[in-house]
Amino acid sequence: MAHAQTAAASSETGARVEYELQLYYWMKLIRAFEERVSRLHRQNKILGGVYSGAGQEAVVTGVCAPLRPGDFVAPLHRDLGVFLVRGVEPGRLMAQLMGKETGLSRGKDSFLHGGDLEHVIFGSTSMLGSSLPVAAGAALKFQIKKEAQVAVAFFGEGASSRGDVHEAMNFAGVRKLPVVFVCENNRYAYSTPLEKQMAIENVADRAAAYGFKGHVVSGNDLLAVVQLAERVIRRVREGGGPELIECKTYRYRGHSEHDAALYRDQEELLEWQSRDPIPQYELYLEKKGHDLKRIRAEIDERTRAILQQAVEFAEQSPAPAPEEALEDLYAPGPMNPASNGRS
Amino acid sequence: MEVTYLAAINQALHEEMRRDENVFVMGEDVAELGGAFKVTDGLLAAFGADRVIDTPIAEALIVGAGVGAAILGMRPVVEMQFGDFISCAFDQIVNTAATLRYRHGGRASCPIVIRAPSGAGVHGALFHSQNPEAWFTRVPGLKVVAPATAYDAKGLLKSAIRDGNPVVYFEHKRLYRSIRENLPDGDFTVPIGVAEVRQAGRDLSIITYGGTLHQCLDAARIVAKEDGLAVEVLDLRTLLPLDREAILATARKTGKVLVVHEDRLTGGIGGEVAAIIAEHAFESLDGPVRRVAALDTHNGFSPPLEEFILPNANKIVDAIRGLAAY
Repeated sequence: MAHAQTAAASSETGARVEYELQLYYWMKLIRAFEERVSRLHRQNKILGGVYSGAGQEAVVTGVCAPLRPGDFVAPLHRDLGVFLVRGVEPGRLMAQLMGKETGLSRGKDSFLHGGDLEHVIFGSTSMLGSSLPVAAGAALKFQIKKEAQVAVAFFGEGASSRGDVHEAMNFAGVRKLPVVFVCENNRYAYSTPLEKQMAIENVADRAAAYGFKGHVVSGNDLLAVVQLAERVIRRVREGGGPELIECKTYRYRGHSEHDAALYRDQEELLEWQSRDPIPQYELYLEKKGHDLKRIRAEIDERTRAILQQAVEFAEQSPAPAPEEALEDLYAPGPMNPASNGRS
Repeated sequence: MEVTYLAAINQALHEEMRRDENVFVMGEDVAELGGAFKVTDGLLAAFGADRVIDTPIAEALIVGAGVGAAILGMRPVVEMQFGDFISCAFDQIVNTAATLRYRHGGRASCPIVIRAPSGAGVHGALFHSQNPEAWFTRVPGLKVVAPATAYDAKGLLKSAIRDGNPVVYFEHKRLYRSIRENLPDGDFTVPIGVAEVRQAGRDLSIITYGGTLHQCLDAARIVAKEDGLAVEVLDLRTLLPLDREAILATARKTGKVLVVHEDRLTGGIGGEVAAIIAEHAFESLDGPVRRVAALDTHNGFSPPLEEFILPNANKIVDAIRGLAAY
């Protein structure tokens, strides 16, 4: 099965082959986007906190790929890839990071707090873990309305210490809500290592306490993540109740760009970089007989063009006018408090 | 038919759930029990377990899940069993819900109502007596209402449910069964953001809301009889946004303003009302803006403590007389 024709000619459908290549494209696009963002931050073109998800691309790609339109996703602050995989225009995403009028939040908030409900992506706050109750509520809506949709909430092992996470998982378990909890365990809550955060080995082990299944998977192995996510999402969609996926992974950069992460051992970083999700998946594609060199060159070319376009779009977009600080506080209705008087 | 304040809230819930199938109720003991105070009584039988949901004891979850459903088009009415417990949901209200539209660039809305039975004078002690409204009245993105009559309780709850924004609805526990009035048949609403003059007068204005409205009206009757003073009483009804025009109109009319609330003095809404008047109606004032509010302490349990701490009609009468003397 190690030559080009095999994959397409095998019992696998062409659609599956396309899908697997698409997964590769997304991971490559996310990585390139992350690296560009880090560079733009160094150039002072992106201000404020920048939280790189480099190293964790397989998690968001593998979990979001099996989702359907209308499924709800609450990303965490490192999940730029969620926006790309769910189809948000890269230019709008870049404009969001630059605080431009054309960004998701029209300059109102930084980095990834600007959600995009057109793509059913919830803009999470900085209070990590607080999006899990919200995802449970989205799942409750699907359950009440008998819609075959799922909600996905990403969170870190750091957030898993917060009470909101417990409240959400407990409620989801009680009501058998269609929600998938995805823990990106990257071993550090800012500087605090795993052993100071929890007394057990796996966040996933906690699922048993809420009456549902918890799974541990290598978050750097895209194939493993996507295969698990497909099974879990199918069961959850069919009404089997919530499940928890814990992806063991690692962030290459600091908590944010201003953090040199000196609290980490250099050897540890090297070890994890040697398990990088992209070459791992490339090996799989090669084994399946794809012409990797050609595919990689094409994708690199494509992502370069997309990023150039995105940066140009964002840089040329206007900043919001100062007075817009007072807009978007209230939905229009019978009475707008901003008018401070009778309607 | 005469209806209590509590029954008015219950009616509003029934009618709104009938009107809009996206309205649902969620909270601790709201379904089987019908609520700790019976405010949600009968809803489970009328609308079923999909729309009347008992939750675990988890206030952050209750509000957070409400937000998740609201942004997808539902109209959740969630209950904090006691307003005191709202502190456990503080982050979900002030960060998740209040900033939601803002951080989504105006392309999302969060039509959730958070009901909070609040207020003292029912021997509730430290954790069943609080008036936490001022924690929320300085948070853009929220609306905050505090009805003082059965009519307003019903009309404001209907408006809150139909509003496209998060509304924190403070209902005063002491009023639940102590006041009643005839309500009109059929659908009516009370607009959010509009205060109401409960009693017109020329000598002095009292600005109040919620549980202390009735004490203010009692005090006004006493000074009318004993001192011949005509006191105007303005019921704010909505605390965010404040009805600045109504506040300034009564201040300019009488020149003397007393602000009364059951919430504590320091950092209470009375300070903001006084500042609005000082900034915009200074030239109309014939005396200082005075405040009567709970003392700056916790809500002590033993009756002598609670009486000492809380406003009442006699304390308001004294304050009126002091201000009238200017």
